[in-house]
Amino acid sequence: MEELARDTSRAFVYEADVRNFDGNGEVALLFQRITHDLGGLDLIIYAAGILPAIDEHEYNFEKDRATLETNLLGAVAWLNEAATRFEQVHGGTIVGISSVAGERGRRGSPAYGASKAGFSSYLESLRNRLSRYGVRVVTIKPGFIDTEMTRGKPGLFWLISAQDAATYILRAAERGTGTAYIPARWRLVTGLLKMIPSFIFRHLPV
Amino acid sequence: MLPVERLERLKGWGGAVDATAYVYRPSTVEQLREAISTARETGHTITFRGAGRSYGDASLGRENIVIDFTRMNRILAWDPKSGIITCEPGVTIKQLWEYTIEDGWWPPVVPGTMFPTLGGVLAMNIHGKNNFNAGTIGEHVCAFEFLAASGAEFHVGRETDADLFHSIVGSFGMLGCFTSITLKLKKVYSGDLDVKVFVAKNLHKLFEIFYRELPHSDYLVGWIDGFARGSGLGRAVIHRANYLGPGVDPTPAKTLRVPHQNLPETIAGIVPKSMVWLFLRPFTNRLGMAVVNTAKYWSAVIGPRKQFRQAHAAFAFLLDYVPDWKKSYGSGGLVQYQSFIPQEHAEETFRQQLELCQKEDLVPLLAVFKRHRQDSFLMTHAVDGFSLALDFKVTEENRSKLWALTERLNALVLSAGGRFYMAKDATLTREAFRSFIGEKALHTFLELKRRFDPQGLFETELSRRLL
Repeated sequence: MEELARDTSRAFVYEADVRNFDGNGEVALLFQRITHDLGGLDLIIYAAGILPAIDEHEYNFEKDRATLETNLLGAVAWLNEAATRFEQVHGGTIVGISSVAGERGRRGSPAYGASKAGFSSYLESLRNRLSRYGVRVVTIKPGFIDTEMTRGKPGLFWLISAQDAATYILRAAERGTGTAYIPARWRLVTGLLKMIPSFIFRHLPV
Repeated sequence: MLPVERLERLKGWGGAVDATAYVYRPSTVEQLREAISTARETGHTITFRGAGRSYGDASLGRENIVIDFTRMNRILAWDPKSGIITCEPGVTIKQLWEYTIEDGWWPPVVPGTMFPTLGGVLAMNIHGKNNFNAGTIGEHVCAFEFLAASGAEFHVGRETDADLFHSIVGSFGMLGCFTSITLKLKKVYSGDLDVKVFVAKNLHKLFEIFYRELPHSDYLVGWIDGFARGSGLGRAVIHRANYLGPGVDPTPAKTLRVPHQNLPETIAGIVPKSMVWLFLRPFTNRLGMAVVNTAKYWSAVIGPRKQFRQAHAAFAFLLDYVPDWKKSYGSGGLVQYQSFIPQEHAEETFRQQLELCQKEDLVPLLAVFKRHRQDSFLMTHAVDGFSLALDFKVTEENRSKLWALTERLNALVLSAGGRFYMAKDATLTREAFRSFIGEKALHTFLELKRRFDPQGLFETELSRRLL
């Protein structure tokens, strides 16, 4: 990030913890400072997300809380600011990076799945609220992307690079697609997964 | 922190530049001072905005405070004997003439539209089609009250504080804002003007007719067909308008009434005015405007009406005939490129400009030609010469090509000793600005800026681009 800021004169870097949303309007203050420095805002992408490693028998509230706070509550705190602004000025694009993991409650990581399901639902609500003001809300549902979050994890397939994912995400943002699966074939997979009845799904190794 | 509910997306009049800003609309000087304090306390800059009729970015300030003066619009004093009026800065030209015309007074200088505010026209020191004999609006202002960044108010008279007066007028909102303006209007003896139409078959003829008609014209303006090439390059329709002397109009009480001045509600008797921009839309392209320009030229050549009476408002506010006309340019908006060239180089420079536009295939859809005279304002745009205003449609595809063209046009203007006009500008570069203003004037200006606005509170997108 800092490298990026050095490289181009139009990049600014701010350090903030998205879990830090309890303070006295700190998010709102920083949000206003950023839009001021940028001289406007056309597009915001919420890309913060964590997936702590947990084993099949582990119920760790601290890890789950961190997951929900980073992936969902932080998103709500920041994107509420963006939504207020975009509704006011009648324009702008909100992009949220959710996940295909939110489509079904899988065994692997309950809190992660819940955070992404919640995020997808929140984004859909924003889209339904804001489309009448010319504001576009794009939900991105990536499959596996080659980042620190996935590196070394078992069972990965259709892995794409972060660079490629970024290209797809920007393209979806420009088009204003409602929900974009990355890569697109995940739409088919999740479509099929959603059709599987719960009493069968619980026996599947996913 | 500033309240988000004040955020608005604002545009320059041309629609080619926009900005979101926190907009404050004070109705009193007290509220104006409060808005200035808010900006200081929250670390924001302030941009003053009247009716937002500047074509470019002169009334925009991204993500900062914009003070909109449209609510400070009271007429404070009026003397129908002397024609001297005192107004708040948000009073529009429309409000002004509608208020005074029945007493036989008309604004001495008006732009092509009646919607700008007096504060705005004075900050830009605008001119009209009578610039060659009436000068700019500043020359008709007797005095004004002025608010600097400290919140202190000054009284500035044209005679008593001549230096300061001529520096503040035309300083495009950089030194402070007007809180009241006193000006002297022009006595008129009829609500009508005597209008005569001439046709020039090329640029040289246009200059010839101007030189011939200027000594006995009150207003003179040329509409150039930017599409005509070769021996017809610069062909134009010229409108001359003169005031009627006392006793010429048999029914002045009738013509001096507002309803007589009002622009017709329909065009050609059928199309409602508010819809006309829609009908123009198919024509705002190369072919369409070539047709319109040609039709305009030939209808003037063969048309029966070579001389007629026309109401002041109908003659002066041609732009207002078609409300929202700029919408016909589409979502990219337009830029108007206007340059002012000393008379000895004017014909050659404008010839080169028109040829360059044609060569680059960026033909101005509208081109307006006027005569100007020098004045003694510090940041003046006027020269003893002529101006040519070129309207270009902006699209996503042509934007960078158009901006590059304006740089080449700038080079022609600067080498001819020409000047530019902040009310229109959207494309000028810092270097071009410095070059035409001159180091000496710029130095004086920046010293005044330090005096009236030491913290640099007053900024606009235009000033960020040029200063």
